[in-house]
Amino acid sequence: MNMQSLKKAGGTALAGLGLLALTAGAAFAQDAPKLDSGDTAWMLTSTALVLLMTIPGLALFYGGMVRKKNVLATVAQSFGATALLSVLWMVVGYTLAFKANASESVNQFVGGLDYIFLKPLTLESLSGTIPESLFIVFQMTFAIITPALIAGAVADRMKFSAFLWFVGLWLVLIYAPIAHWVWGGGWLAGLGALDFAGGAVVHLNAGTAALVACIVLGKRRGYGTENMSPHNLVLSVIGASLLWVGWFGFNAGSAVTSGFNAAMAMLATQIATAAAALAWMVAEWVIAKKPSVLGMISGAVAGLVAITPAAGFVDPMGALFIGLIAGIVCYIAAVWLKRALGYDDSLDAWGVHGVGGAVGAILTGVFANSAINSAGKGWLIDGNIAQLGPQFISVAAVFVYCGIGTFIILKVIDLIVGLRVPAEVEVEGLDINLHGETVHD
Amino acid sequence: MKLITAIIKPFKLDEVREQLSALGIQGMTVTEVKGYGRQKGHTEIYRGAEYAVSFLPKLKIEVAVKSEMLDAVIDTVTAKAKTGQIGDGKIFVTPLEQVVRIRTGETDGDAL
Repeated sequence: MNMQSLKKAGGTALAGLGLLALTAGAAFAQDAPKLDSGDTAWMLTSTALVLLMTIPGLALFYGGMVRKKNVLATVAQSFGATALLSVLWMVVGYTLAFKANASESVNQFVGGLDYIFLKPLTLESLSGTIPESLFIVFQMTFAIITPALIAGAVADRMKFSAFLWFVGLWLVLIYAPIAHWVWGGGWLAGLGALDFAGGAVVHLNAGTAALVACIVLGKRRGYGTENMSPHNLVLSVIGASLLWVGWFGFNAGSAVTSGFNAAMAMLATQIATAAAALAWMVAEWVIAKKPSVLGMISGAVAGLVAITPAAGFVDPMGALFIGLIAGIVCYIAAVWLKRALGYDDSLDAWGVHGVGGAVGAILTGVFANSAINSAGKGWLIDGNIAQLGPQFISVAAVFVYCGIGTFIILKVIDLIVGLRVPAEVEVEGLDINLHGETVHD
Repeated sequence: MKLITAIIKPFKLDEVREQLSALGIQGMTVTEVKGYGRQKGHTEIYRGAEYAVSFLPKLKIEVAVKSEMLDAVIDTVTAKAKTGQIGDGKIFVTPLEQVVRIRTGETDGDAL
């Protein structure tokens, strides 16, 4: 139990290498961890910041991008997911993701059930140097935003009931096991895959599910002929800005301490995000002749996504390159690839989160600098090209498991409740038909 | 009397209105409309998704005039609304049977 919780504390940063002393600035005794009030204060703050990413951040980001008739339905997906997934995380998500399974072989893939309903949790339970209660709610905010991100691909056409069934099942069957592989002491951690704050676990995972979901649901009615431009990009700018600020909790909070590691992760996050926003803007300016506002904010989110696995492992130069590369690659994915392959990833959840997450996960192996975090030796600075192996394996494993699992979950829900709203509801709008409300009269 | 209905590019409204006022035209009605002509709109791409712009935004101006003013009004609208590019619009002329000013009950020429 002690070993396990210690691993969790550093595990996010250390990707399960089990080298506890590596957490920069952590000065706790290895066998008797004590609560650190500085770490706890920062993690309390981070938790609030990450929740802010989903509500209202993601709700506004997506809500501004859809057409006027579907704004509330989109916002309801973020808000409804927050409520449902919080409860599910308490019931079964946390224990499956972060607690050890009694069977060593099963533990490679999924956690145990000891913490179902969090029953063994006590006031003084510790997770590293912070209360375990805090670690649970911090991770809960990650478990909320990851499935909520998928909503971007299915906007304008998915039933709310089907969406709730989907995110609930997806949390338990896809997110919790994958989080366990990387952060809970599972097999990817054993391989030495580096994923600081969830490039593969959160973003590639959500992005892959988004790609599968938009293909299974099919295109929106009128896609390719009707104008589906955002109804209010100001809402999206506010949402993207809240995502940007909240992401400091996501990335710097994933240090699970409040020392050097967290601070460097924050700096890397800011640099990569700004670089990616610039890169997307310039690419679009050159290719499409106009730097769109949607492009700038999408670039920023692409940078946030790509630096997520790398923050805490890379130096400022590494962050700069990751941001620039992610901005351009995600622009190509969201604009050219989507059109070339013909799927309707409505709000580019795959193009930004899936592609950005994969780019970030691989580039973490390229730019990780052991002078920043001795747990991560990358190719370029430390000459450790072998690090690319576990990075590619983690990307492939998440893509395959999530892709197949998501497909099965969606097909089952389609059989039982149906995934898509009827045609007349889609044309008239989801807000009035599914929720009985409209955003303005 | 004639009713002149002109479909013009929205940014040309002020020039047309000023010149018609200078001619002594006392009033007009303007409506925001959408439509297409011979070029039948076009397609655009936003964020990788193509869509058809079948109806372009235009303004519809309606002016009622005495028959002897007709040519001057047509010349003015043609001159001022013209850019030489496609989509400059059209002018329709229809006969007008009767006009009544509601406040005073004046009719026809007196009501214009």
